[in-house]
Amino acid sequence: MSVNSHMPTDSSVTSPLIATVLSKLGDLVVERYRERGDERIHVARENIVIVAQQLRDTPDLSFDMLLDVTAIDYLGQPDGFQIKPQVWDKNSSAWRRIQQSRHRLMLPDRGPLSRFTVVYHLFSTSLVHRLRIKCRVPECDPNIPSVTPVWTGANWLERETYDLYGIHFTGHPDLRRIYLYDEFVGHPLRKDYGKHDEQPIQEYLGPGAHLPRRPLPERSE
Amino acid sequence: MRLQLGPSHPATHGTVRITLDLEGEKIVDADVQVGYLHRGFEKECETGYYYQNIPYTDRLNYSSPILCNIAYCMAVEKLSGIEISERCRYVRVIAGELSRIADHLLCVGATSMGLAAMTPFLYLVEARELVWDLLDALCGSRVTTNYIRIGGVSADLPEGFPVFCRQKLDGVAKLLEDSDKLLTDNPIFRERMEGTGALAATELIAYGVTGPLLRAAGMPLDLRRVEPYLAYDRLDFEVPIGEHGDNLDRYLVRMEEIRQSRRMVLQCLEQIPRGPVDTEDPRFRWPGKSRVFNHMEELIDQFKLVVEDSGLMPPAECYFAIEGANGEIGFYLVSDGTGKPYKCRCRAPSFSNMQPLARMIIGRRLADIIPTFDMINMIGGECDR
Repeated sequence: MSVNSHMPTDSSVTSPLIATVLSKLGDLVVERYRERGDERIHVARENIVIVAQQLRDTPDLSFDMLLDVTAIDYLGQPDGFQIKPQVWDKNSSAWRRIQQSRHRLMLPDRGPLSRFTVVYHLFSTSLVHRLRIKCRVPECDPNIPSVTPVWTGANWLERETYDLYGIHFTGHPDLRRIYLYDEFVGHPLRKDYGKHDEQPIQEYLGPGAHLPRRPLPERSE
Repeated sequence: MRLQLGPSHPATHGTVRITLDLEGEKIVDADVQVGYLHRGFEKECETGYYYQNIPYTDRLNYSSPILCNIAYCMAVEKLSGIEISERCRYVRVIAGELSRIADHLLCVGATSMGLAAMTPFLYLVEARELVWDLLDALCGSRVTTNYIRIGGVSADLPEGFPVFCRQKLDGVAKLLEDSDKLLTDNPIFRERMEGTGALAATELIAYGVTGPLLRAAGMPLDLRRVEPYLAYDRLDFEVPIGEHGDNLDRYLVRMEEIRQSRRMVLQCLEQIPRGPVDTEDPRFRWPGKSRVFNHMEELIDQFKLVVEDSGLMPPAECYFAIEGANGEIGFYLVSDGTGKPYKCRCRAPSFSNMQPLARMIIGRRLADIIPTFDMINMIGGECDR
């Protein structure tokens, strides 16, 4: 397995798994790729729940486990998004990378008005195969339907993606931040949130916020 | 009554907060809140070179850091398409299984201490100390090992390691059997563990739970068996499974996995071939230290490998997962062709395994939280990243 023999993506090879997926989903699959032995399909975001249900309930596929939900931020793509230099750490790798390798950035993922890509990793415990689903989400309307009705485990994973990327999962039963506190401003894994950006601890606004605080006792020293 | 368990409660090691609604001692509602140890692992990885991120992976699961190292390095190897040597496969299995033993020993020990059994805890921590001696001999540090390298390991097995290893593992086995005698048939321990925290396998799968938790519910899913990597297809081992999926089964599965890991290490010491331990691929092979200190070319080579953005990673993406101590630990890497990952995502087993905790404890008694939480073995660094 040498590097040069690897094209970034190769859709000419059709594995039995992808053949089954295509016969079940048909036109719902926008693109498909096989890369480094991983199968991945792209679907439109409004179809994600129906795709998820089909993948879980078809006996030949039976993707009963959702391993992971995450997102990728393709900031600086030629989709009209304005980079704000003042919030950027000029020495950050993301900045430099975008300057240097704009033309190389993940060509198959580029599309008009799709800054984010939401990524799902599926696994079948009975048939032991894996599949990756990608959905493009534009920056102007960062919404995608939640797959919590299909896999219960999507709950926390989607909360995490919401927390760190600011993508809203519509129909999610409990869309709260999971790592950061509720009053935190911004979404830190976005590429326009600099690594060294700081913010003061935001004021608590949750239940009981109106109650008077007991002052700290003064130190005698 | 509303009760806050944690974040700094002796039983919630790993810093987690559980907001409980109680009726007497019965739990009617629970909200598990994680994130107290969030350090921005993924953000940090996006700004470091592939090599520089290896020490960060130690801090994910600090009770089995080598397994995190292996998962990350193998994901990078899959991304760059390099092959590792045969000897390296065995060295990694040995180091990984020792790490798994240490993780399970700590989990069982902490559980027994949570249930007020102090003696087995001391025995098991002593056993873990023996494993740490072995890791110390392998990589020079006990806790944050930083042992695995892309395409190899930082150092080959030291002189006389097989003898040292057999001797220490015999000590571990003896301490394990002593603790087994103290715990497994102990009526107090059994009463706390039996029937508590049980969840059916189908429900665990829907939550994305993997590892000993899922195997205790009767689902024989072990990536070492179903998707063999490294040298696991050449090793003879059994995948222990439970029946009821309760805490007692989880405990028994972990105890059996320690024995199986010991078996695997002993087999590896028999089978391990001679040869180089690092890859021949010049993009990732570190020159020997004596050459680095004495020759210009190798100095430049090392400098470029470690410090400079060499830009040798092809633009691609991949996901690679191994069987960690608590379940499937996987890395999803997206490369744009530069020396730093554009995205480095860790699929942490503790995060997925913590999610059904509320489901496991609602309707139960307050005291059942302790064994259930302990057997999940939530590791803060990995769960909160």
